[in-house]
Amino acid sequence: MTATTLTSSRAKSSASLSHRLAERGISARLLLLVPALVFAIGLFVYPFLYGLGLTFQPLPATQAQWGGGLFANYLAFFRDAFTFDSVWITMRLALPVALFNVLISIPIAFKLRNKFRGKRTLQALLVLPITLGTVLTAQGLLIFAGRQGWLNRFLIDSGIIDQPLQLVNNYLGVMFSLIISGFPFAYLLISSYLSGIDPSLEAAARTLGANWKQRFLRVTLPLLAPGIATTFILTFVLAFSVFPSARLVGDASGETRVLALMAYRSFGEQLDYAMASTIAIMMGMVELIVVAIVLLGRSLLYKGSTGGKG
Amino acid sequence: MSNTTLTRPAPVTGPSKTAKAGSRLPPGERSLVASPGTWFVWAGIAAFFIFLFGIVLSVLVDSLGKPWFNTWLPENFTTSWYQQAWTRFNLTHIMGVTLLVAFSVVIISVVIGVPAAYVLARGSFPGKNVVMLLFLLPILIPPITYGIPLATVMYNFGLGRTILAVILVNLVPSVPFVIITMTPFIEQINPAIENAARMCGANMRRVFTKILAPLLIPGILAASILVLVRTVGMFDLTFLVSGPNSDTLVVAIYRAMTAAGGGESRQLISAMGVLYTAMMLIILIIALRFINPTQLVAQVKEARED
Repeated sequence: MTATTLTSSRAKSSASLSHRLAERGISARLLLLVPALVFAIGLFVYPFLYGLGLTFQPLPATQAQWGGGLFANYLAFFRDAFTFDSVWITMRLALPVALFNVLISIPIAFKLRNKFRGKRTLQALLVLPITLGTVLTAQGLLIFAGRQGWLNRFLIDSGIIDQPLQLVNNYLGVMFSLIISGFPFAYLLISSYLSGIDPSLEAAARTLGANWKQRFLRVTLPLLAPGIATTFILTFVLAFSVFPSARLVGDASGETRVLALMAYRSFGEQLDYAMASTIAIMMGMVELIVVAIVLLGRSLLYKGSTGGKG
Repeated sequence: MSNTTLTRPAPVTGPSKTAKAGSRLPPGERSLVASPGTWFVWAGIAAFFIFLFGIVLSVLVDSLGKPWFNTWLPENFTTSWYQQAWTRFNLTHIMGVTLLVAFSVVIISVVIGVPAAYVLARGSFPGKNVVMLLFLLPILIPPITYGIPLATVMYNFGLGRTILAVILVNLVPSVPFVIITMTPFIEQINPAIENAARMCGANMRRVFTKILAPLLIPGILAASILVLVRTVGMFDLTFLVSGPNSDTLVVAIYRAMTAAGGGESRQLISAMGVLYTAMMLIILIIALRFINPTQLVAQVKEARED
């Protein structure tokens, strides 16, 4: 794709076909993409379409109960309050958790931006929850925050409360577990976006007499906003697909009956693959709607050369 | 939001505001009393660490204690839970499966992903956006959404509950992950080096093995370790297709916790949990020697101290 080849082929297309194709980016190099494409189509696109097809093949039982022929699964999803409620249950859990993780990460990332002793240790400790995994976090929360756990024991012994607080096997338990696994992730992303913002911009604002509030609201925040939106999306995706902790530290048949749990029940317990695929695909749709709204808002924000990458 | 910025008055404001606390400090010194913002941040971090260490320590103490009911610490300490857990759940087999799956996924996803990342990082071609979207979707969509149709397909092909199925489903998010992590690493390499090699008569394969691979080693290591951590920790997808002989460690712990009829005794599960964390910790310590997590998105510039 050098200048000479471009001009010669423009002048008269005497160049070989492969040469002309190469100018448009089609060359033998694209063959390197083939394994990844075969894999993506075989393991992602095909199963996805197959699942989509399954949703239009409801079991006779579903058809008999909800009617609607081919669309019986979808009717069941929207009309069955037991299933449809879990959309709200999932949202009520994932949205506050994602918002909390992002909002708490911003001041902490700001504070830890400056150099201080032990910064690397602190950052390493903040990454520690990645090693725990959801299952161990659940087990730890059950022991630590349970009725007999250290947390309740400390609060009772110090006289703050009389009765042990119910912190696990409900909404709060899942929320704690999502914050513990999601916050380090949000913090890492926000702090790397923040470090991409040139500090001299803030220094310039300071020279012009802006106080810290003005510098934050007028300089740093607008530059950071696209990064915040991206972080929110990724944290939300993590919290939205919560599954093991909703079962282990949550109230799986009540407050934390999330969509992933419902989909798994249809799949693994009722062996209704059609309904399971329907719930799974509707779950993806709900999530993509939220992501699309955030992305739409993000496209209105400043996207320049400095900071706010991503 | 740092305390120095709070205490130093802006140059244009008049002397009336210099009465603020600490404003008479000589340049370069900070006031000893931190601002409310600082307190808030440190309180948040402290609360997080109380929970984090509480969780880790209570699992650790639980796995070593015998018996532990309603006291601060167990009455006796023992390591017998580990021996029991090891034999009862056949952990040799489970660990073997976990490592086999993790390393297979790492190798296959690097072999498939790096060439694709190379094509996507260099130049454009018709339909590039579609291909990019195809590789982004598995990361954006919740694992359950594509996991359930994928698991159904696996069972239809008779692959259900096999190790092969576990490896295949774990590749779905891993290959795009390798592609996305590798792209910035490839963009950093000057194309002139490749062009020079090609001028000297190297074909594509030789450019890859002699030029790109040595330059990409840090990136490949970073991507491999991240994929390793993700695969060992991946619950949702593995859980959907694995069976008794192909469970990885996380799934085995989950199954033990939710086993019918009251489940296994809590200490056995804690012992397995400690083993899992120890395994992840070793991987992560090795990982942090090679990569700085914050550098994956952007180059870290230390904020200026003034």
